[in-house]
Amino acid sequence: MSAQEAMIPERQRWMAALAKSEEGELEAAWAALPEPPGYELLRAPEVGLAMLRARAGNTGERFNLGEMTMTRCSVVLDDATVGHAYLAGRRPRAAELAAVFDAILQSPQRREGIETSLIAPITARLAAAKARTAARSAATKVEFFTMVRGE
Amino acid sequence: MYVAVKGGEAAITSAHELLAEARRGDPAEPELSLAQIGGQLTLAVDRVMTEGSVYDRELAALAIKQARGDLVEAVFLLRAYRTTLPRLVASLPLDTSAMLVRRRISAVFKDLPGGQVLGPTFDYTHRLLDFDLARPDGQRPPANEPEPPATTDDQPVAPMARVADILGREGLLQPETEADPCAEVGDITRDPLTYPAGRDVRLQSLARADEGFLLALGYSTQRGFGKNHPFAGEIRMGEVEVQIVPEELGFAVSIGSLTLTECEMVNQFKGGKSLPPQFTRGYGLSFGESERKAMSMALVDRALRCRELGESPGAPAQDEEFVLSHADSVEASGFVQHLKLPHYVDFQAELVMVRDMRRKFESRETSGEENGSERETALRG
Repeated sequence: MSAQEAMIPERQRWMAALAKSEEGELEAAWAALPEPPGYELLRAPEVGLAMLRARAGNTGERFNLGEMTMTRCSVVLDDATVGHAYLAGRRPRAAELAAVFDAILQSPQRREGIETSLIAPITARLAAAKARTAARSAATKVEFFTMVRGE
Repeated sequence: MYVAVKGGEAAITSAHELLAEARRGDPAEPELSLAQIGGQLTLAVDRVMTEGSVYDRELAALAIKQARGDLVEAVFLLRAYRTTLPRLVASLPLDTSAMLVRRRISAVFKDLPGGQVLGPTFDYTHRLLDFDLARPDGQRPPANEPEPPATTDDQPVAPMARVADILGREGLLQPETEADPCAEVGDITRDPLTYPAGRDVRLQSLARADEGFLLALGYSTQRGFGKNHPFAGEIRMGEVEVQIVPEELGFAVSIGSLTLTECEMVNQFKGGKSLPPQFTRGYGLSFGESERKAMSMALVDRALRCRELGESPGAPAQDEEFVLSHADSVEASGFVQHLKLPHYVDFQAELVMVRDMRRKFESRETSGEENGSERETALRG
């Protein structure tokens, strides 16, 4: 297994976090980099659509449910590392920064810093939001009692 | 037939200025922001995204503002904007079993794993106008916020079991399986609908269909026009991850999540020559919180499956050409509203014809020569 392949699960994790990042989080992390790397755009931020597929009954025939706006961007760092970003919504600046961070995170030397300063806070924010949603919904869980008549 | 006309530019410009003024309303009142529409008229936004077939809350909010709250017009605006964007990719099938559930109810099982979670519902409200909301700042403060349980990413919220799986274990429910996992998925935005239509394009059409039309058709099946004894097996609403496999990566990445409402109808079925008696299914899926739409879609999906289940179609909701070719509000409102466009030449021709027919009719009346059948022919002609 190549180093690239070995990195896939980790990369999926941080790309998912970057996809749900807020632009402010990315800008702040970028501004806080002591030595921001130089980069060029391989593919400038591009807004388009993803066709969302679903399945009848979630397990049956696939069908096209409808589309969702998305933005993609690819960059290459001065050290030739390529980074990609794919984000839901129309967010060109966020996609550019997310692609840069995807490239930086592929460098074992620089990964830890970005994990701590950017990925961990995003993951924590998402987990807190998820826990809040789950708790708010759980409070609406009901027990229906069936009334037996004629007794 | 209608014809192009020239002129009227000044009048049209003035009409559009008047439209802008009407849209703005009383300038003493603050203007609606997209964040307000997106955050407070959420279900209008959900409907426009569903029928506009584009999930983007901000674009849908803009469409609603521009359309002065006319949701059918807003759907049209969103569909038109959609054509300006390139399609970059198709997602992996969304997995609603892994949904972060905000609402999940079943009308067939009282006690089911995960429980009945009502979520933010209009159900059980009294449908009495709440005049507290009429006052400024009349929105009640949020109820006491429950303490969120200590959840870390290592302990994800457990996915909720599906009612269909519970019934499926006993073989009492027709399974949903894919005939050919490699088959192309039909796409009505690329290829025109042809009949008979596969379930893939039927579901795509129903997903974008006008809610009112589907609601009426679904209702008609309950009232006896294509009866199939539906039960709301399960309705769930919440957040689902969207994953794509970019060509340049070759592995799946999450691009974000979206809110979906899913309805699985469970329908009575006596069985047939090759099918055992079991419950059959209708499926509804829509963007955002749009339960009425998802339920209506599931009813109509089941009605349109009549042929594969050996039922003799006869009701309007079972006629796929009737349903699918009239369900799209953009097409329907386009064709109905085109009647406003200049038909002057067309109508002139009709006028000449009717005047001619009347002349012949009157000359016969006065000469007294006509007989009954000739008179009828003249009228029909």
